[in-house]
Amino acid sequence: MSYIEPHAHMVSRTTDDYERLALAGCEALCEPAFWAGFDRSSAAGFYDYFRQLTEYEPKRAARYGIKHFCWLCINPKEADDPGFAREVMALIPEFITRENVLGIGEIGLNKNTRSELKIFEEHVQIALDYDLPVLIHTPHLEDKLKGTKIILDSLANFSKLDRSKVIIDHVEEHTVAHVLDAGYWAGMTLYPESKCTPSRAIDILEIHGSENIWMNSACDWGVSDPMAVPKCALEMKRRKHSPEMIRKVTYDNPAKFLSQSPRFKL
Amino acid sequence: MLSKKELLDMQFIDARARLIDLAAFLDRLERHGGGDDVRMRYFKDALPILMENRPDRAKAVLEKFSDHSSQLSENAPFQGASGAPIS
Repeated sequence: MSYIEPHAHMVSRTTDDYERLALAGCEALCEPAFWAGFDRSSAAGFYDYFRQLTEYEPKRAARYGIKHFCWLCINPKEADDPGFAREVMALIPEFITRENVLGIGEIGLNKNTRSELKIFEEHVQIALDYDLPVLIHTPHLEDKLKGTKIILDSLANFSKLDRSKVIIDHVEEHTVAHVLDAGYWAGMTLYPESKCTPSRAIDILEIHGSENIWMNSACDWGVSDPMAVPKCALEMKRRKHSPEMIRKVTYDNPAKFLSQSPRFKL
Repeated sequence: MLSKKELLDMQFIDARARLIDLAAFLDRLERHGGGDDVRMRYFKDALPILMENRPDRAKAVLEKFSDHSSQLSENAPFQGASGAPIS
């Protein structure tokens, strides 16, 4: 099958993973800017990271016939120091017009702090200024419900924001309705331990429908599986979902949302 | 959609294994020394939800493990998450 991996941190993965993704039918993948697993010591570290996302990874992906796109920001885990965050955000204009940059992300909240929220809102304004989509990270585990509600309250203050150009990622059973009912897109992350298992993601599709929702592996340096999307597609088949339904959530929906960025071309 | 029997045929053994694993985890904790941990209070509070007759047990369990406060923190006490609101 052909599918789109809409959220993967390939800088943390091996070239073998690119090969596995290609063998599984991955046509394109999107890499949001994220935490490296440790705090970077200077904005220059992000400059190199943005170069990696916009210059090196597209070439690595292309060797396996996969189109590589990315999102730019300073992730919420490193956004609790506003001065440092703004130094990094000042780099974004230099990279934002590069040919594989889709928009601003993954911004959001981590520990639901005042500074994280301020930097989140400044990122949303950048997206509005450039008229680009936004990809939003919601916090982990016990912080997710609270963070999701704070994010939704904050977004409601942006009167010019087109909600169909915003995807709120890592939803689970207790947050998905908040996101979809407010008119945003929702992303389900398939993780072995935290976030959604494939079975639970399929439950969410059965309960909440398949409109404005996608699934991703969010594979990174932690416990995660780059093959999560095709494995979930197989599980959908075992649960007698139609090929059209599987195609919709693994290809058509991501393509529809991502095509709102002028640079997303398959 | 699968029938209930088809779903059981597909997933019962896996669910049974997970339930036994959970029971063994509780046994294991009891055999080991140490004081009470607030995470286990949330864990044990969530267990009765499994026996409730409702269609949204997963959502209810997730809500049980969630921070229900609404105010922003002044700073991050630590970077990760523990799985239950311990601070």
